[in-house]
Amino acid sequence: MGARYFGAAVKRLEDPKLITGRGQYLDDIAMPGVLHVAVVRSPHAHALINAIDASMAREHAGVVAVLTADDLGDMARKPMPMMAPAPMVKTPLTQSPLAHGSVHYVGEAVALVVAESRAVAEDAAAMVMVDYDPQPAMVDLAHALKDGAALANKALQSNLAGTLKGGFGDVAGVFAKAAHVFKETLSLHRGGCHAMECRGVMARPDPSGNRIDIWSSTQSPYMVRRALALCLGMDEASVRVTAPDVGGGFGPKAVVYAEDYAIPMAARHLGRPLKWVEDRGEHFVATTQQRDQLWELEVAADAQGRMLGVRGHCLHDNGAYLPYGVVLPVTSMSSFPGPYALEALEISLDVIYTNMVPNTPVRGAGRPNTCFVLERLADRVARELNLPREEVRRRSFVQSNQFPYETGMKARDGSPVSYDSGDYVQCLDLAVAKFGSDFKARQDKARAEGRYIGMGIASYVEDTGLAPYEGATIRVQPNGKVLLLTGAAAQGQGHKTVFAQIAADQLGITPQDITVEAGDTSLFPLGIGTIASRVAVTGGSSVHMAAVETRAKAIKVASQVLEAQEADLVLEGGFVKVSGTDRQVSLGQLALMLHGNFGQPLPAGIAPGLSATAFYEARQTTFANGTNLCEVEVDIETGAVKILRYVVAHDCGTLINPMLVDGQIRGGVVHGIGNALFERMIYDENGQPQTTNYGEYLLPLATEMPRIEIVHMESPSPRNPIGVKGAGEGGTIPAAACVISAIEDALSPFNVHLASHPVSPQDLVQLVDQG
Amino acid sequence: MSELDHAQTTRHIRVTVNGVQYERDVLTRTHLGDFLRQDLGLTGTHLGCEHGVCGACTIILDGQPIRSCLMLAVQADGAVIRTIEGLAQADGTLHPVQEAFWDKHGLQCGFCTPGMVTTLAAVLEADPTMDEVAIREAISGNICRCTGYETIVDAALQAASRMRGDH
Ligand code: FES
Ligand code: FES
Repeated sequence: MGARYFGAAVKRLEDPKLITGRGQYLDDIAMPGVLHVAVVRSPHAHALINAIDASMAREHAGVVAVLTADDLGDMARKPMPMMAPAPMVKTPLTQSPLAHGSVHYVGEAVALVVAESRAVAEDAAAMVMVDYDPQPAMVDLAHALKDGAALANKALQSNLAGTLKGGFGDVAGVFAKAAHVFKETLSLHRGGCHAMECRGVMARPDPSGNRIDIWSSTQSPYMVRRALALCLGMDEASVRVTAPDVGGGFGPKAVVYAEDYAIPMAARHLGRPLKWVEDRGEHFVATTQQRDQLWELEVAADAQGRMLGVRGHCLHDNGAYLPYGVVLPVTSMSSFPGPYALEALEISLDVIYTNMVPNTPVRGAGRPNTCFVLERLADRVARELNLPREEVRRRSFVQSNQFPYETGMKARDGSPVSYDSGDYVQCLDLAVAKFGSDFKARQDKARAEGRYIGMGIASYVEDTGLAPYEGATIRVQPNGKVLLLTGAAAQGQGHKTVFAQIAADQLGITPQDITVEAGDTSLFPLGIGTIASRVAVTGGSSVHMAAVETRAKAIKVASQVLEAQEADLVLEGGFVKVSGTDRQVSLGQLALMLHGNFGQPLPAGIAPGLSATAFYEARQTTFANGTNLCEVEVDIETGAVKILRYVVAHDCGTLINPMLVDGQIRGGVVHGIGNALFERMIYDENGQPQTTNYGEYLLPLATEMPRIEIVHMESPSPRNPIGVKGAGEGGTIPAAACVISAIEDALSPFNVHLASHPVSPQDLVQLVDQG
Repeated sequence: MSELDHAQTTRHIRVTVNGVQYERDVLTRTHLGDFLRQDLGLTGTHLGCEHGVCGACTIILDGQPIRSCLMLAVQADGAVIRTIEGLAQADGTLHPVQEAFWDKHGLQCGFCTPGMVTTLAAVLEADPTMDEVAIREAISGNICRCTGYETIVDAALQAASRMRGDH
């Protein structure tokens, strides 16, 4: 088999409809008779609900119903199940589909208004009178565990949801023998999802009440199905969940939300199809985000600047609830020790409840956080020892002869964390080479002219291809075209194209011959979701396995039909051919044969259908890595930061489609730049969100973003059949750390040390003035 | 008249969208984006913020790229509008900007794409000599969360070159 498409920059199969306005995002789906829902949301960060009076809203022309938790019965009042249960949490809190008795963040869903149009539903939502009894709000993370701190929820004795601990080695011994120990106090904030398409849910109940069709703008249609089937007491086969075209996910759309429960419940209650589409104002307050982490850390280094050990403590704001368990803080924890071959590590992380929007992973999850703190420590070591920052990294990295490298950490299943492959030093050197060696001279020259440019660096390792599995079915149809079905839906990544590339090579056809259907639970039995840079590994491997099996079957049957040795057969242009002859049979003919005819047995030992289904189970993690370098210029008068260059050297194993990988990296880096410079979700001391539109909450724009220069290194993973590692988050993970490193370098004449992000121009002007 | 009575007020409007003339009674409070999507079924125009910042809702009205969420449908009475659905030719030949978005991987999720493509089609039709700086300026009112903008800029540069008749 020659790889014609695997590895090539194949143009996307997804694009023709999307560039002509024929996409079908949730709000585009025509649904006869659909009613529209507006959600009444809590205006308080913490309050008891004394009563809800919906009488005026119910009488409003065009309103069909106003529904509260009491109207929808027990299931609407019960806390939603945690998506990843966390036994370590003593008081696990999740919200109920509609608030019942109390609310714990601004934006929590309280009631649904159902009307003939969304506009009317919104008019009437303003008429729902909720009698709240406001309670003190917990919004001050630093003081959350202090005596007298307001409790974020009456059910709590303390705002501490739980403490995660991780580490290895003789920490006290390593710190005692170390030539240098440095301490840092760091904090960071990551902001929200801001997919350009907000969330949305539509539900159509069957008149019999026995079935329901649900459309959700989700990364996890199978999780929605599982949750709804259990909650509604229905068979999974009777709950069909479709993720239509989804306009970006970035993590928060992997959560099963209150609306994912409440809209289907209400649709069943009313016996009518219902649609709710989140507007941007709601997105700011009701879609999960990542908030703050406050770190105290120490790093131990030897006299040569090799990092030996890290210890520290983190306060992690998880917001009002734990919809996703502690997956987010666990991801921060498990991202240690990054690319560094530490001898010892000791981290504890307190997960804190506050009265702000619940937290779940945003692109990179807790990894950019851990990357930021580790990279700040590495920069500190370099500065104190007067070493080039890249040299501290080279000396401290896991070395190429150490793979597979057991870090000392334990994976979730208790097995040792083991990095599979790579050469972190070489990857860093690729970035350094691309960046060029003239920076120092240019920096000196610029300073002489009163301009402040700086170079930033950040390195990372990312666990990708998260367990447990994804699967795929490949079915050749009698017309010779191939159907590829999978649970792994996309939100822009281009899964259809890469899956078709993988299968096309095996089957000797073109990607255009393959129709990929993903994200419809009625078409493929099981799936997990598109999160954690996992689908190229899990979904891609399952497609490969199913394609290999289908190919083997085609060859086996064709060898009987063509009376030829299997070894002499090749798949080419939609045919199985006897090589060197003109004898051939088309895949379509073979499929027709294996579809069977009345009364005629299939060939002995051959199961019906020219098809195969495979599940790839990710029992071992793959680890991508990379180093970013960037150059910034800081205007010391205005604090404006301009990113002049941005270089990425990265290694995500074998590339399936380099154009799409580059796209993931570029978008990811820009997200990280947003975290470094712009994105800041501010709450006031009462827990009122202050930045709820794109004038107040800034996203990266085209005028401010640099070109991203990318160098690929390919260290195939030995842990899956196609050698791939994930690429969805590798751009984001180091980007904020890299930009902050560069700004600090630019402002080093002023002794500026940056210990947090995002940094605003005002922050920088102030730091320069103090310097 | 109370605010809610106003909510019921309608006006009769005529618009030409993608070469087709439409006459409709429309609620005066309906913005043009909702009108195109809900009343005319042209769902290619997307709504990303409905407060005038993201640019997803951009359409070409009387030759100018405008934000359909910031204009009431009644204000468009008599206007000639082009939306993403109307950029390709009747035989399916893509607009050079659409073609270039496909070639250069100028889209991922595709949600910002209608606004990006209409904005760029309008500005490049007016001036195909735009350079990278001008192109970035032209799309500075269009937010894309997926691509990091670079491939969109590359697509625009390719389209500009085509539209100038280079090569
Ligand atoms: S929807 Fe009109 S600018 Fe965002
Ligand atoms: S392609 Fe997704 S927002 Fe631009």
